[in-house]
Amino acid sequence: MIRYILNKFIFMFLSLFVLVTATFALMNAVPGSPLQSEKATTEQIQKNMEAYYGLDKPLIQQYGLYLKKLAQFDLGISMKKRFQSVNKMISQSFGYSLRLGIVSIITSVLAGCVLGIIAAMYHRKFLDNLAMVIAVIGLAIPSMVMAPLLQYLFSVKLRMFPVTGLKEPLAYVLPTIALSSVSIAFIARLIRATMIEVLHADFIKTAKAKGLGGHLIVWRHALRNSMLPVVTYLGYLAANVITGSVIIEQIFAIPGMGKFFVQCVIDRDYPLIMGTTIFYAVLLIATRFLADIAYVLVDPRIRISAGKVGG
Amino acid sequence: MKTILDVQDLSVSFDVYGGVVQAVRGVSFSVKEGEAVAIVGESGSGKSVTAQTIMRLIATPPGKINRGSIVFDGQDLLSLSEKEMQKVRGNKIGMIFQDPMTSLNPTMTVGKQIMEGLMKHQRLSRSAAKKRAIELLSMVGIPHAESRISQYPHHFSGGMRQRVVIAIALACNPALLIADEPTTALDVTIQAQILRLMKDLQQQTKTSIILITHDLGIVADMCDRVIVMYAGQIVETGTKREIFRNPQHPYTKGLLNSLPRLDQAKDEPLVPIYGTPPDLIKPPQGCGFCSRCDEAMRICETDVPEMTAISDTQTVRCWLQHVRARPTEMDSGKGASA
Amino acid sequence: MQQEINLNTASNASPDRFMKIGRDPNRAERIERKSLTAWQDIRYRLFANKLAMFGLYLMIAIVLMAIFAPLFSHYNYFSNDLDHTNQAPSFKHWFGTDDLGRDMYVRTWKGAQVSLFVGVVAALIDLFIGIVYGGIMGYFGGKVDEIMNRIAEVLYAIPYLLIVILLLVVMPPSLTTIIVAMSITGWINMAWIVRGQIMQLKNQEYALASKALGAGSFRIIFRHLIPNAMGPILVTLTLTVPGAMFTEAFLSFLGLGVQSPVASWGTMINDGVKAMTVYPWRLLFPALFLSLSMFAFNVFGDGLRDAFDPKLKK
Repeated sequence: MIRYILNKFIFMFLSLFVLVTATFALMNAVPGSPLQSEKATTEQIQKNMEAYYGLDKPLIQQYGLYLKKLAQFDLGISMKKRFQSVNKMISQSFGYSLRLGIVSIITSVLAGCVLGIIAAMYHRKFLDNLAMVIAVIGLAIPSMVMAPLLQYLFSVKLRMFPVTGLKEPLAYVLPTIALSSVSIAFIARLIRATMIEVLHADFIKTAKAKGLGGHLIVWRHALRNSMLPVVTYLGYLAANVITGSVIIEQIFAIPGMGKFFVQCVIDRDYPLIMGTTIFYAVLLIATRFLADIAYVLVDPRIRISAGKVGG
Repeated sequence: MKTILDVQDLSVSFDVYGGVVQAVRGVSFSVKEGEAVAIVGESGSGKSVTAQTIMRLIATPPGKINRGSIVFDGQDLLSLSEKEMQKVRGNKIGMIFQDPMTSLNPTMTVGKQIMEGLMKHQRLSRSAAKKRAIELLSMVGIPHAESRISQYPHHFSGGMRQRVVIAIALACNPALLIADEPTTALDVTIQAQILRLMKDLQQQTKTSIILITHDLGIVADMCDRVIVMYAGQIVETGTKREIFRNPQHPYTKGLLNSLPRLDQAKDEPLVPIYGTPPDLIKPPQGCGFCSRCDEAMRICETDVPEMTAISDTQTVRCWLQHVRARPTEMDSGKGASA
Repeated sequence: MQQEINLNTASNASPDRFMKIGRDPNRAERIERKSLTAWQDIRYRLFANKLAMFGLYLMIAIVLMAIFAPLFSHYNYFSNDLDHTNQAPSFKHWFGTDDLGRDMYVRTWKGAQVSLFVGVVAALIDLFIGIVYGGIMGYFGGKVDEIMNRIAEVLYAIPYLLIVILLLVVMPPSLTTIIVAMSITGWINMAWIVRGQIMQLKNQEYALASKALGAGSFRIIFRHLIPNAMGPILVTLTLTVPGAMFTEAFLSFLGLGVQSPVASWGTMINDGVKAMTVYPWRLLFPALFLSLSMFAFNVFGDGLRDAFDPKLKK
């Protein structure tokens, strides 16, 4: 168990390192100085600024400095926004994204599980077909279609929810649905497939032979075993939510990280892009690491040998 | 002795891709109190389906119970609702499955798995159920039961797991225990231990047992009576002694001949049964065994033989029992065999 | 002494009906069910799956429209017509026009071309790298497998969208950039599937037999193993396409992908969202066809998987 976690931890670290290095290399591969776009600066100012950002040092030294700062959780300074620190800019916007993200993850897991369980319990019956039709539609409609659709219908036409922002609890409803619909569909299908398989397993027959009722069998015996793939999916779920939030925040005008990230990409604010990318990467890789640990907790058969669980 | 289970004219079919498989075709037998009955047959003979139908564990659809009755302890199980049936399962009838590696829930401690039935049927409190579960575990021969009860199935070996499965099946002192190939998936040395255990427990608890197996060897060890099934029908029944000493059906004889015996001469070969059983999507018109039977006659192809009583306890379903079959046996010799 | 009971059941039986005929191997080995080859079986199951077939027809229809619709229209996707901006759908402009007066019908199908192109090319690149990488991993096993697997794992943990965006920052936004960016980590899943299949297959008799006959390792991988691992590979391939289409639309939506005047469903949706309260059709058509194509590919991919994996079917 300890070995398994340690192993996963080393991998998490390696992945981060590769990404950090790749980010650094890419940002330095951009032709010209990142400061060039600043308006009419004299050569002296240019030199001073380069010195300020450490751009006059050799690449290796820059890299070392960059790693050192990262180790101190210092993500650098924005070049376009009056030298604001990236940390501060992230902390201003991250709160919105985090709240929306957590609400969406919980919604995805809950709704996905309910839909999937219903489908599996009524396998090949009407409710199964209905749940799966909903799931296929959910999977086929990407967030960039779902979000404006919901907004148009429920906010603009029916005026049930606020059109933009996250000021009141009601405002969470539409962004959450738009952000979770694909994940709900995915989890529902995953749960259904595993649970149907689990319900045919021998130990379910043992449980039936004990005289347990159908619901008890599903809740006590099948659900936990069917949850295993969902736990591994949690890492990807986090990634999906973050990816989706980039679009959702744009459409619903939510001042979160996603909107901020796109803005800095469009502005080509390199330190900001670097900082945000690394922040996202840490978040995602850490989630995946936590999902790996959760897997061990759900499944008592500790799978030390399995390099990657669930592919 | 009182009859505890009486199965009459049971027919079960399954809808599969390609047609309807007539898995069980008119099976009748009964089990008395405290008796151990073996149902013997090769895979596909319908023996497992019969067992699972008694427990009402076959999925419907694709399965379908077409005819018959299963009277257990005065009640027809086929007329019970699912809810009523749940009160029978695990409580009055226990079941042991073939593969101990997969028949326990991997994410639940063995203790909980034993306690579940106790808490449901006997309304025991958690602590009382736990106490009883520890008793049961020691009864089935698992040492250090107090500590092992909180372990997960993967901490147990195959033989140990089968002991746990037996403990689950016997938890509520059922009147009938159905063991569906309980030793097939185990090592030979473990097989003997598990059989020994089942036999001891039967003597202690006076439970009736239906032992489903394809292995006549373990039948000799355990059972009072033997039912031989072939292609969804019972072809012969009798006491253990009758079946082993005086088999009447060519299939039973074939099964015995393919079994090595201690008193066999060194150079005497084992005789296999040639061919394969019929496809039950299109059940044969006559005797199911006739295409593989050395003694087959014309009538075997067209008419299903009736059950014929040989003695008070032995019956057989074969045309060779017919009075007219005797003379032809003499004059047809060996020439007709293709 | 006990045969009397039988007599009535076969009372009209003449003595010759009791003539001995013995065992008949022909009767014994008779097989009642018609047997199908593996491919026939898969085809049968696929064709029987109505939803999957619907997906297939939808796919074909979208592909055909994407190829031919722009050819047979007297509009093109880039000419502005500032006198006829934001027109509602009509006989002249079937899907209406956008804010520059461009014909939405042609632009929608042009967008389909881009979307399908990205989807198919990205899937093919994934397939190629995945088969080579996964094939080597699976076939050689041992240390080679371990090291290559670790590399893949490290890459896999990096969120691919971040890589895509990073690359797009330093490379000019274009179709090529999108495809290259998607391929950097996209192949890993395919490689693992190929690896798993090969690991399973390589110890089977025919691979050993071929090896015993002196066939080289690569020959064994490509001639024997890959065709047998076709099922899961095909399924993954089909399901990669909608993913890639989504990514293209996503990037174009954010303005990081295909640039105007080339039409992409992503950019069209982005434009449509801004105008949706006034000119809803500008959102409707690209959104509808993006969803329909993703639906078609997903449903067909699912059907394919069920057809290849009969144990899920029952």
